[in-house]
Order: sequence, then C-alpha cells, then structure tokens
Amino acid sequence: MINVILARLQQGHRTMKYPEGPSPPLPDRFRGRPAIEVAKCPDGCRTCAEVCPTQAITMTDKVLIDLGKCLFCTDCVNACPEQAISYTTDYRLAVRQRNDLVIDQAQQEMVLATALNTKLKKLFGRSLKLRQVSAGGCNACEADVNVLNTVGWDLSRFGIQFVASPRHADGLLITGPVTRNMELALQKTYDAVPDPKIVIAVGACAIAGGPYIDNEEINNGADAVVPVDLYIPGCPPHPLTILEGLLRLLGRLEDARHS
Amino acid sequence: MNPGTTNLATFANGRALDLASIPTLGIAEFEQSILEGVSLGQRITALFATSAGSAEQTLLYAILSDDKQNRLYVGRTQVEGDQFPSLTPRCPQTHMFEREIAEQFGIKPIGHPWLKPVRYHRSWTCRDAWDRPPGEPIIPAVGDFFRVDGDEIHEVAVGPVHAGVIEPGHFRFQCHGEMVYHLEIALGYQHRGVERALLGGPTKRSIHYAETLAGDTTVAHATAYCQVVEALARCPKTARAQTLRAIALELERLANHVGDLGALAHDVGFLPTASYCGRIRGDILNMSALLCGNRFGRGMIRPGGVGFDADETRATELLRRLDDAEQDATVAVNLLWNTPSAMARFEDTGPLPLKIAAELGVVGPAARASGLMRDARHDQPSGLFRFVHIPVSTCETGDVFARAFIRWLEIQQSIEFVREQLRAIPAGSTMVSLNSLSPNCMAVALNEGWRGEVCHVAITDERGCFTRYKVVDPSFHNWIALAYALRNQAISDFPLCNKSFNLSYCGHDL
Repeated sequence: MINVILARLQQGHRTMKYPEGPSPPLPDRFRGRPAIEVAKCPDGCRTCAEVCPTQAITMTDKVLIDLGKCLFCTDCVNACPEQAISYTTDYRLAVRQRNDLVIDQAQQEMVLATALNTKLKKLFGRSLKLRQVSAGGCNACEADVNVLNTVGWDLSRFGIQFVASPRHADGLLITGPVTRNMELALQKTYDAVPDPKIVIAVGACAIAGGPYIDNEEINNGADAVVPVDLYIPGCPPHPLTILEGLLRLLGRLEDARHS
Repeated sequence: MNPGTTNLATFANGRALDLASIPTLGIAEFEQSILEGVSLGQRITALFATSAGSAEQTLLYAILSDDKQNRLYVGRTQVEGDQFPSLTPRCPQTHMFEREIAEQFGIKPIGHPWLKPVRYHRSWTCRDAWDRPPGEPIIPAVGDFFRVDGDEIHEVAVGPVHAGVIEPGHFRFQCHGEMVYHLEIALGYQHRGVERALLGGPTKRSIHYAETLAGDTTVAHATAYCQVVEALARCPKTARAQTLRAIALELERLANHVGDLGALAHDVGFLPTASYCGRIRGDILNMSALLCGNRFGRGMIRPGGVGFDADETRATELLRRLDDAEQDATVAVNLLWNTPSAMARFEDTGPLPLKIAAELGVVGPAARASGLMRDARHDQPSGLFRFVHIPVSTCETGDVFARAFIRWLEIQQSIEFVREQLRAIPAGSTMVSLNSLSPNCMAVALNEGWRGEVCHVAITDERGCFTRYKVVDPSFHNWIALAYALRNQAISDFPLCNKSFNLSYCGHDL
C-alpha cells in the first residue's frame, strides 16, 4: 500500500487545465489546418492537387481544400514549388456540415461546429454517453479517442463517457470508412441507440473514406450509412481536436457561440 | 547450404531478386521443401498465390525464414486448375495462409481441416473456393463454427461491436460453465482491400496504404514498404536515415508496450499502473510527434529515407523526454510487479507452451514469452539493426505474466537503444532519390514491429509495377495462438488474455 502511495506522489497530478486554462502544447511540426497562400501560386500550377493522394485539393476557379478528405500528410507541402502550402498549428477542425470542411483558400474562413439545439443540449450537454463503432480504419483514430480517457485528458470530467452497449448510449462515435463487412453491424448498432441520438464521425476514413476512398470494399465514410451530426477531420485527429469538437457540440466552449 | 532446402533459392532480407532465379518446383517437391525446412526449425514467413497468366494457372510462393542462419528461402510452384494439396495437416502454421489463398484466388487446398474464409470478400479471380453464387452477399462470421456438443455445454458469441473502444471481430466460445473448451475467432470486418489496391503501384497512395495497414504499427509497416521499394529500385541508403528510422521504430514499440502494460493492469482492476501507463504512453506518442508532427509516425518513413530530420536541439529534447518517460514508467511498472494480487491474476493465465508456439509459427513478444528466440531485429536484421544489436529477451512460462514481463524487458532495451542512437545520429543526408523499380523482380522486407514480424513482399511485372503485393502482419500468425491460449481457461479471463496478445484486426483484415 505504501508503494502505491509513493508512486502516486511521484506521478503527480496530470490532468490538463484545458478548456479553462491553456490547451496542451502542440509540437512545432504539428499538422493542423492546412493553408494555401493563393497569391504565391504560379499561373496554371496544379502540383499540389496532382500529388494529393486523396484528391483533397481541387483547383477550378477557386482553390479548395477538403479537410474531410485530407490525410494531413506532407505530399503537397513537399511538392509545392513556391512553398505556398503549409500546415498551421490550428487544431480546431470540427464542423457540423460536411460542406463546411471544404475551405476556400482565398478566404480561409472556417465555420467551426456550433452547439446542438437547445433541446438536445439540455439532454446531452452535461451527460453524453457514446458507443464507439470501429468500422474499418487502421485503429489510430480509436487509439487517440481512447487517449481522452487517460488521466491527462480525463474526458469523464465533462460527463462524456464511452458505454458498452448502444442501448445505454446517446449516440455513436464512428471511426473507419465503414467497410462493406461492417455496414450491417453499424446499421444495427445505430438502430439500437434510443432516440434522440447523435452521430460523430472521427477521422478522414469516417468522413470520406480516407486513404481507401473509392475502394469497392468500403463506403466512403459513415454518412453513407447513418446521418452524421459532427465531423472531426484528421488522420488521425489529435486528441485535442477531438475533445475540442465534442465540447463545441455540447456548447461547452465559450467561443462556440461566436464562430 | 542447408541440406533440407537445396531446392529453394537463398536470399537475404531487404534484397531484390530476379523472378527467373526463383526455382519453380513440382507441387510435391515444393511441399517437401517446406516440410523439410520447417522440420529443421525454419518457419513460414509468407505463403501466397499470384495469378500466372491464364485463368487456369496460379503460382504459389513460399518464403521461409532460417532465423539461425539469418537467411531467407524462396520457392514457387504452379497450380493447374482449382485445387492443390493442403499442407496444414502436416504443417499447422500454413493453416491461415491456405485459407487466404483459397479466398483470394478461389483454389481449394484439398485436405485442409478447417477451410473457411479469412476476410469474407469475393475472390480476385472468377473462381470461388466455396462455390458461392456470384450475386449472394458475403457476410462475415456467417457460416459453420466449430461446436462442442454435450450436456451443459453452451456457446457464447461476442462481437463484432465490442464493449470497449476497439476494433471489430467475432469471438465464438464453446464453454462448460466458466471453462472455455474452444474459441474460434472470425475476422474480416476491417477488410478494406489494401492488397488489391496496391496492385499496379507504386502510386501516390501506396505509402499511405502502408502507413494505415495497422495504425499503431505505422512505422514498422511503412519501413517494410520503403525497404521493398528501395530494394526494387536498387537504392543506396544513408546512415542518418537508417538511424532515424530505427529511432522511430523503437519509439513505436515503447509507446505500445507501455500502453499494453497499463491496459493489462486495467484488465485486472489494478488502476494505479493503468492510469500512469496510459499517460506515459501518450508522452511517448508525443515524442514521435516531436519528430514528425504526428503521434503515430505518419510522414516519418518515406521511400529513399525519412520525411523529417532531427537536429541536435530536437535530439536533446527527445533525450530529456525519454529520461522522464523512463523514470515514470519504471515506477508505474514496478508497482505492478510488486503487487501480489495483480501478479496472481497474470501467472498461469492463458499459457501458450513453447512447442505449440513453434508449431503455430507465432511471432513477436508472444513467441518470446513462450521461450522462442525469434526477433527479426536479431535474426533477419535490416537497416540500422545490421550494425547495432538489441539483445533478444525471452521468458519461459508463456502465460499472461510472461507476455507482460517480456514487454517490460523490451521497453528497457528500447530505451537504452534510442538513447544511444539519439546521442550519435550520423551526419549525412536523410533522403536519396529513387530510380524506377526493377522489372520482373521480387523483394522481401522483414521488420520487427512491436507485435512481431512485419513482412512485405512485392513482385514487379515487366514495367516495374506491382503485380502482387503481399503483406503479412504479425497478427496474421498470432490470432490462432490467442485461441489456443484460451483453452481450459475461464471465459472471464478472455479480456486479459486478449490484451496480453493485443493483436491487430486491421492488420489481419487488410
């Protein structure tokens, strides 16, 4: 017993202050929201769009980055002849509508997720029980969702918990592109959650299919099977991005109202 | 030369060889070579099929590892028609490989004792090994399961959606009271068609497929992919890139091993170690992020070298964090070993005897916990491991305790290794440009990921494009070992046994 107490003293108190205090530090090489300085783009250059593994960048009359498809890799950054494209350390990426993930690079304005409506916020705002469904990804999103349960993040202090049964849940948190082989299980799990319910899609796979986009073995994301209320992009999203998105949805962040 | 395998071509990890130099044996001779090799202590690293031109012909390739001689052997045979004799009754470690061949190419291993699909998808040819009608949907885990009959025998079915935040799989237990007589595991829910999608490559997506074969093994799989491509491109290597790759690989091992020890403590309800290790794992993931911006090492390993360099300042910061993580982990983990009530739950739970581990071809910490000296960093070294050796740790009991303790031994070795390497990163370039891939060649890369041997095999066509890309995740070897370890165990110990193997669903399902 004395060993347990001594170890406890050695390990110290580790739960972060966020969101009341500062967010945990991110590494300098952290790849948050990507941005293209359109003014730097040479006429007719499409290099970044061509090297992008998931066609997340489109160049028509506008230069658009689809954060839902983006793998947050370095292919575009390394290929750009003018260093016009870079990753910011802005970790806030969660949105309510799929279209809000398509960012016009001329403006670079992002409509971040708004809170649930009053009725749902009253129901879930201080207690949200989620069933996680892993549906064909690589387990990295699951791993960084799980991290939120560690003492550093302590997700349960917000009343958010992962429960064992969909019957006990207020909604689903889905990772993976939804393989054909998981489609039925996902549908059944969704049906088993009592109404009203919400669905959160975490990661590039669950939003648009990720690196497997358009493979015949998968659906291109969760919203091909169930309606999605919150999209959290990344490959995988940083735990801070996931937490920020969840808190935003529950109206637990001050600035959620203004963005 | 080993007398038992004279019929197979000899080569080394990370090398490419001309397809023409791979002997094509008669089917009987092919089988005999495999059986003789295995009887001499070699193991089957990969056994897979490719199309041989016409619809009626399939080529089977076997890659055997001779861990004592640090050699690989390869041979092939041509199968005419829709069947071939199964090796499984004589060589159990071919069990899953033959099921996979049947599923992918629609050819039947005749005499296979348990011929079921592996991932539940349509075959890549016009044949189907189970003669399922073309229009009929294929649903995972639907079909026969091994059943135990008798009074008071009951069946427990779990999954695909589990209670925790984990991947989907289906587990079917045959129980007598609490006691598990038999466990059968049905996977395939995570099947997203990676091997098929890699055909015709390399493309701009190939490295991303490699990085997401198993997210927690991003570095090991990406390294194997790059080694295969570099071997085919006959690309020179730089010492700096090899060192940074090895550091990234060991950081990946550290994060997962520490996390596993926490999760094992959690599964027996010992929360102090569970809480501390969960956080320390995060600290180590953040070290990977310091290196390359991503906690799982995405973007770090690239064909030709590494995507990110580490200057002295960064290396110093990594060293500082490594010291902190070591100190915290030592306290957290020793607490576990010194708690008799937790140890009582670990000891004698889920034993995997040495003989069975060898017969099943188990790899990684699970193999070493049962006493098998088997570590690709030592036996089939590539990259920096050719020059810097990490001692192989083994245990003898093969139970949950051994699988936990082996991780702690490996954590200590890896910390020491990373520390040494960070202090002496060789000067030079981190990236070399790649030539096009050699046509009509095969390359094999083996790496010791944190779960065990990660194997990638690429075969190129006359244009230098992948005509076959085979991935063998360590989980593909090891799932059957988990099923075995559960025999005569209490079903309530399943989560603990499962965590002690901590196998990958996506790495298996591809």
